[in-house]
Amino acid sequence: MSALRELYQEVILDHNKSPRNFRRMEKPDRKVEGYNPLCGDHYTIFLKLENDIIKDICFEGAGCAISKASASVMSSLVKGKTKAEAEMLFNSFHRLVTGESDGVEEIEKLGKLAAFSGVSEFPARVKCASLAWHTLHAALASNEHRVSTE
Amino acid sequence: MRPAHDMLTPVTIEKSFDVDRIRTEFPILKQRVNGKPLAYLDNAATSQKPQVVIDAMNRYYLEENSNIHRGVHFLSDKATQSYEAARKKIQRFINAASHKEIIFVRGTTEAINLVAQSYGRKYFHAGDEMIISAMEHHSNIVPWQMICEEKGLTLRVIPMNDKGELFIDKFETMLNPKTKFVAVVHVSNALGTINPVQQIIEIAHRRGVPVIVDGAQAVPHMKVDVRDLDCDFYAFSAHKMYGPTGVGVLYGKQHLLEAMPPYQGGGDMIKSVTYAKTTYNDLPNKFEAGTPNIVGGVGLGATIDFMNTLDFEAATAHEHELLEYATEVLTTIKGLRIIGTAREKASVVSFVLEGIHPHDIGTILDDDGIAIRTGHHCAQPVMQCFGIPATARASFAMYNTKEEIDALVKGIYKVIEVFS
Ligand SMILES: Cc1ncc(COP(=O)(O)O)c(C=O)c1O
Repeated sequence: MSALRELYQEVILDHNKSPRNFRRMEKPDRKVEGYNPLCGDHYTIFLKLENDIIKDICFEGAGCAISKASASVMSSLVKGKTKAEAEMLFNSFHRLVTGESDGVEEIEKLGKLAAFSGVSEFPARVKCASLAWHTLHAALASNEHRVSTE
Repeated sequence: MRPAHDMLTPVTIEKSFDVDRIRTEFPILKQRVNGKPLAYLDNAATSQKPQVVIDAMNRYYLEENSNIHRGVHFLSDKATQSYEAARKKIQRFINAASHKEIIFVRGTTEAINLVAQSYGRKYFHAGDEMIISAMEHHSNIVPWQMICEEKGLTLRVIPMNDKGELFIDKFETMLNPKTKFVAVVHVSNALGTINPVQQIIEIAHRRGVPVIVDGAQAVPHMKVDVRDLDCDFYAFSAHKMYGPTGVGVLYGKQHLLEAMPPYQGGGDMIKSVTYAKTTYNDLPNKFEAGTPNIVGGVGLGATIDFMNTLDFEAATAHEHELLEYATEVLTTIKGLRIIGTAREKASVVSFVLEGIHPHDIGTILDDDGIAIRTGHHCAQPVMQCFGIPATARASFAMYNTKEEIDALVKGIYKVIEVFS
């Protein structure tokens, strides 16, 4: 069960059970829907921006434990960060879940994000883990209102 | 048509059906996955293939490979004979009146597209209507939406109850002089429901409306007799009935097929070509443009030979026993809800677990070598009907066992433990 334990780490189970920033936002500056047509996971991410800084972020929607925990951890990590910092985190996260991180040191630097290191052993679940991040990326980058993993 | 299990007593099952022997015919089942014996419970997605089918396809490439219908040489003759022999086997298997009514296609999806594009193009007109059901696979929705949009038809949907049974009386009232066509699934891949297609066909025919039946999930699990059903078209895929991928069948009544224009143009479907005019070939070649999946056809022929060696009623009865056993033991799990509880069901059990997403169930079961399908099963409207995004689905074939269902149940308890 070890690969499975690596996937469903405590942090993930906890964030799945009690997701942080799991709510709607009235009058957001950006609001983007993310959708995985393969399994039906869908989330809406709401952002409040102040200049370059993510002042507030929250989300709502439904999906598997991996996608929900990922959205929750992401929301708590990027709050208060600049857009550029958030994009850098996305980059590291992407490397992590696709198994491209350079060894333990890089992973340790990721803090809470490291909980997703087990995902790389489950290629079918990479999209679940990345859905919220892709959605955030779209929200920061453009005026897009709907992104899909396909 | 009544499912075969109704006609059997448990005693004959024991005698005539030996699941251990059947399993030895399917080499892939011996595999271990993640150190555990494979429990392949995803048969509605695709079934496994017996050694005899694998051998027949190998033998074709080793000894007969050639192009068909065009060579004068020895191998071409042999290949053509094998391919055409397969067509006749299919004809007898589903009791079609003529081999000309058996069109080789890529699978169920292509069969339905063929009818939509050929029959629909010719006979559908703006203001007409056609009817599908609320439990169709996307492959029996989208091709119709495409032609309906192009031609200006209204697509109407037979509703179902919360068990996953169609309202046949509502269907009857939906038929009207504008109705041009009915497309309905025989056995639902998402819910397992066996639809009363014979009754549906009879009702439609009273109004002179032709019917296509999507038999992808029916042919592997019950005896299908197209003349007894009196369906106008019947579609199925080899890969769900222990045969190869990439080949399937469209059955159509000869007079309908004859009146329909070709679906694709190219080689093999013509009698003569000049720049001024092309004369199309006779049935079935008119609908088989280009070099077909020859080895697939040969493999499907071998699949039918294999199925003919079985006591099919006993195999069906075994599957039904698995269904009843799975339904019984799964319902004892707290928080588990079975989606699709029709009275007439094939061996498909779709379920959801309270608070746990099907995707997570699938991953954790896989860790124990248990293969199930999770997701919307290409039937998003069905999911919407039940107000859920997805289900976990175990679907059984004749080579599955009660032990595998026990492993499934154990696995589900592990899922619950991980999330407790
Ligand atoms: C009920 C039903 N219809 C149609 C299809 C499509 O079959 P294929 O993908 O082989 O064309 C499937 C298989 O997924 C099915 O289960």
